[in-house]
Amino acid sequence: MDLSSINPLVLIAALMVASTPILLAAIGELVVEKSGVLNLGVEGMMITGAICGFAVAVESGSPALGFLGAALGGAVLSLLFGVLTQYLLSNQVATGLALTLFGLGLSALMGQGYIGIKPPATGDVNFGPLADLPVLGIVLFSHDLMVYVSLALVAAVWAFLKYSRAGLILRAVGESHEAAHALGYKVVRVRLAAIAFGGACAGLGGAYLSLIRVPQWTEGMTAGAGWIALAIVVFASWKPWRVLLGAYLFGGVTVLQLNLQAAGLAVPVEYLSMSPYIITILVLVIMSSNRGRAALTAPAALGRSFHASS
Amino acid sequence: MIRLEKRPNPSRAVGMMTPVLAVLLTMVAGGILFAALGKNPFVAIKTIFYDPILGEFAFYYRGQLLVKGGPLILIAIGLSLGFRAGIWNIGAEGQYIIGAICGAGVGLAFYPADFWFIFPLMVMAGAAGGFLWAMIPAILKTRFNTNEILVSLLLVYVAEQLLASMSLGLLRNPDGAGFPGSRNLRQYEAAANNELIAGTGMHWGVAAAFVAVILAYILLNRHMLGFQIRLTGESPRAARFGGVKPNLLVVFCLGTSGALAGLAGLFEVAGPAGQISIDFNVGYGFTAIIVAFLGRLHPAGILLAGLLMALTYIGGEAAQATLGLPAAAIQAFQGMLLFFLLAVDVLTNYRIRWAKLETA
Amino acid sequence: MTEALLNIEGLTKAYPGVVANDDVSFRIAPGEVHALLGENGAGKSTLVKMIYGLVRPDSGRMQFGGAPYDPPTPHAARAMGVAMVFQHFSLFEALNVAENVALGMENPPPQRQLARRIREVSETYGLPLDPERLVGDLSAGERQRVEIIRCLLQDPKLLIMDEPTSVLTPQEVDILFETLRKLQAEGTSILYISHKLEEIKTLCDHATILRLGKVVGECNPRQESARSMAEMMVGTALHTPTRGEKAPGEVVLDLAALSVASANPFGTSLRSIHLEVRSGEILGIGGVAGNGQDELLAALSGETPAPAEAVKFCGQEIGHLGPNARRRLGLLAAPEERLGHAAAPDMSLTENALLTGAIREELVSGGFLKWPRAQGFAERIIAAFDVRTPGPGNAARSLSGGNLQKFVIGREILQRPACLVVNQPTWGVDASAAAAIRQALLDLAAEGAAVIVISQDLDELMEISDRFAALNEGRLSAPRPAKGLTVDEIGLMMGGAHDMEVAHVA
Repeated sequence: MDLSSINPLVLIAALMVASTPILLAAIGELVVEKSGVLNLGVEGMMITGAICGFAVAVESGSPALGFLGAALGGAVLSLLFGVLTQYLLSNQVATGLALTLFGLGLSALMGQGYIGIKPPATGDVNFGPLADLPVLGIVLFSHDLMVYVSLALVAAVWAFLKYSRAGLILRAVGESHEAAHALGYKVVRVRLAAIAFGGACAGLGGAYLSLIRVPQWTEGMTAGAGWIALAIVVFASWKPWRVLLGAYLFGGVTVLQLNLQAAGLAVPVEYLSMSPYIITILVLVIMSSNRGRAALTAPAALGRSFHASS
Repeated sequence: MIRLEKRPNPSRAVGMMTPVLAVLLTMVAGGILFAALGKNPFVAIKTIFYDPILGEFAFYYRGQLLVKGGPLILIAIGLSLGFRAGIWNIGAEGQYIIGAICGAGVGLAFYPADFWFIFPLMVMAGAAGGFLWAMIPAILKTRFNTNEILVSLLLVYVAEQLLASMSLGLLRNPDGAGFPGSRNLRQYEAAANNELIAGTGMHWGVAAAFVAVILAYILLNRHMLGFQIRLTGESPRAARFGGVKPNLLVVFCLGTSGALAGLAGLFEVAGPAGQISIDFNVGYGFTAIIVAFLGRLHPAGILLAGLLMALTYIGGEAAQATLGLPAAAIQAFQGMLLFFLLAVDVLTNYRIRWAKLETA
Repeated sequence: MTEALLNIEGLTKAYPGVVANDDVSFRIAPGEVHALLGENGAGKSTLVKMIYGLVRPDSGRMQFGGAPYDPPTPHAARAMGVAMVFQHFSLFEALNVAENVALGMENPPPQRQLARRIREVSETYGLPLDPERLVGDLSAGERQRVEIIRCLLQDPKLLIMDEPTSVLTPQEVDILFETLRKLQAEGTSILYISHKLEEIKTLCDHATILRLGKVVGECNPRQESARSMAEMMVGTALHTPTRGEKAPGEVVLDLAALSVASANPFGTSLRSIHLEVRSGEILGIGGVAGNGQDELLAALSGETPAPAEAVKFCGQEIGHLGPNARRRLGLLAAPEERLGHAAAPDMSLTENALLTGAIREELVSGGFLKWPRAQGFAERIIAAFDVRTPGPGNAARSLSGGNLQKFVIGREILQRPACLVVNQPTWGVDASAAAAIRQALLDLAAEGAAVIVISQDLDELMEISDRFAALNEGRLSAPRPAKGLTVDEIGLMMGGAHDMEVAHVA
């Protein structure tokens, strides 16, 4: 085996690309959960976004339109979940699972004609001389636009939740829908907006997979990324910057094990491939065993249905 | 403006009607979907739901009904216990795989000996494999309060990698010319789970599913443990007040569902599938979630729902062959069914009122 | 008569199966403290929800400051100058004080400025508050201050207060009344909702009395006796519980230095609690909500385990035992929250009878349930405690609060406990059911059981307890004979005025 073939700088740059789909999905789910809704359908929304984005990009020839289509597809699918859980008061866990199962089927159906096609390429952002900087050039200034969009999104969500009035209302709804209702806030509307945002983000994450990271369409290509995004929200204790940390940590493990596979480490490929999932579980265990005040960061109304009694 | 009004008592009659309503709505929506795919919706629905039971080639399909329904029912019964208590094992697919690997591994270890106890031993190993795999989320939940939904689901991907590793490595058929996959257990008499009555599709796994339905019914309706399971699902705090030990329930529900999923895997690998291979699992563990809900988490309902879902698989295959309906359409169709079911479920506890516009 | 600030005419609001408000009319003058008096279920909260824009009336008219008033949302009501202090459900535990205040305002200033104004107003009115603290860490009294300050920051013309004193010690009540009088002097009208007659007599200028959704009377409370108002409110002469004199017997339950950390991160931990209850006596435990009542009940019922030696039952160490083991010995409990703790809302009464009765009533053998026997037990509870329901097959949530509470208390009493612990036995229950429950507890003690009643209703405790103790921040005061205790002494046992001060407004 030849570890010298692994260049740490390239590894970091690759890590950022590998993390982006999960980061996008996780930051969206964070907003959803902050509003008190648990949407377990991230996987389904991601894969739907992956095919929507792919199809739109192939048909239009524009990756940008593809991402737009992916966000729209994810949001529309998430609103299905929204209507069921918010208006018809269905169980959020069951409905989220249904969303995933349905999304997997729907995407496979939509993707019938797109197997084996190459999507239009998404170019990297041109930073001019910045890209030639040593170290930073390759790590920070060699990526496609979506990597920067995902980072900007984390910052925007953080600022929105911390400083804006709308963010305060969203957090309030997630803490206690009864109290928010008593003060006259529209609980269901706030939650639907959050759900749609989460769906759009998951859709973007899926499209990043099919348009940039892989890039092609295969059935079931998200391979659990949506579930890992859910785990990262827990890992992050519902804090935006820690979502970034969690996603990059996971991306790092993924990229590292791929590099180790390529370098011919004397461990069967299957065991390397399962390592990201096992490490996610371990991280979850460590986070959740830390009870007490840390557990408080979970929105108090998470997963509970709201029906105005008056 | 439509308004929901809570019923003072949950309606049992509506509760029994909702799955039927959901199936009907799914047929309508599915018909539209099929039409959008350029197929005649009436022919498609008939091919899926009617032909396999009463059509020309029904004699062939009817047996398949039990073959496909058996594992779905077996897994769904286990899942329903946990779902009732608010304990969400969604990694049955993984437990199914591990059960199959353990059971097949025990059988293959004896190859080519011929003892009567080999098959029973495999059954035990299959159940134990699924049980132990499910104990991972159970123990992490009870010891560290880790979310069992995420852990059990993530373990599916781990199990799939293990399956790949097994069919390429440890369990690979030494006489298989290097092709991935184990020996075919159906050709190994002592380890085979063959049809009990030829042509019916009835094998030990189906028998186990029927037994599981009966036992689950007794547990839920006549036994204290079943009462505690229901109580925990209705109101966890009241359950603790009533003396329920939550950790014990987590271990019981996850363990039982894991063992049943493991059994299903074993019966499948020793019977219809025949061998451990990379693509051994076909999603029964996930479809069983739909079955459990469609059966309203009630044993008798699950029995019917399992058969219905098996019908969509078989009918779907038939429609694939005769109409060229893509396999994915059936998957989407099944997902849709769960959606409609959850949507109409609201009617059990609420009634719909037409009311004038109001803030609230 | 002066021009009314709020004029309500013929308000009617019906819900399926019940008319919550039927042709209600009254008026509130500027600077008036107006009491809205009525039992639970009389329609008080529906009425104020209509004034606050949470519920739209079916018919009727409101005028505010001479102009027609029909707020579609609470935002509109607040914009008009109507503010409300809720009894429950309007604070967010994981948010800080300033954020909570901002959520209740229409156009809050930036956080830093808001924090400064909160400090100013809180000092002016003698309600000290730190804007940075998490509301979850505040005591019940402090939480109410958050609500009040939230209202005061908007310079309301009408302040609605829903049962504000239920979370205060008597000393804190005095200070609150000072604040309210200051507000009144500044010209603010106050709509004061309560069922506590003495308070209304001290504070209010005028009272409107509601019964079953209708206005049944109006009066000047200062000129009425508490008894006459109570009879207007209830409609019949009240039954005062009767009790026999009896010397207490052996010690049944003995707590020695019981300390338990709360399971809830915002809960109160119990600190070194000592108490003894003897057979035949009722020990009343008072205290403001959130001072460890739930935790004490959970430690006694066995839901939270404690060190074995901290809880002794008839001399036996039982701190480590779970709820069912304690039931087997004869220590039973009835928690405060009826739906979701004492009973499972969607399950039938038969199933709820099984919930705690399985062991002592022998409803289970070899793990298998005896449904006919369980149903029989449920029917006995229904008959013995006059629970109004079509039958034991009905879901717990279909019962009214009073009926369900009778069922829950009856379920424990019929199991012949050696010691019964109840928390808030008559909370949210109509007067006749409350009287029946109190009588049943007295009868139980007279038959030789030891009874612990945890309650926030001091009148109730004084009426039925032999000895009285108070919980304050997880500590229990030394019990004293209830007879002859003055309100001041009780208030001091409950922790006095904590850190409240009299308003500084000149």
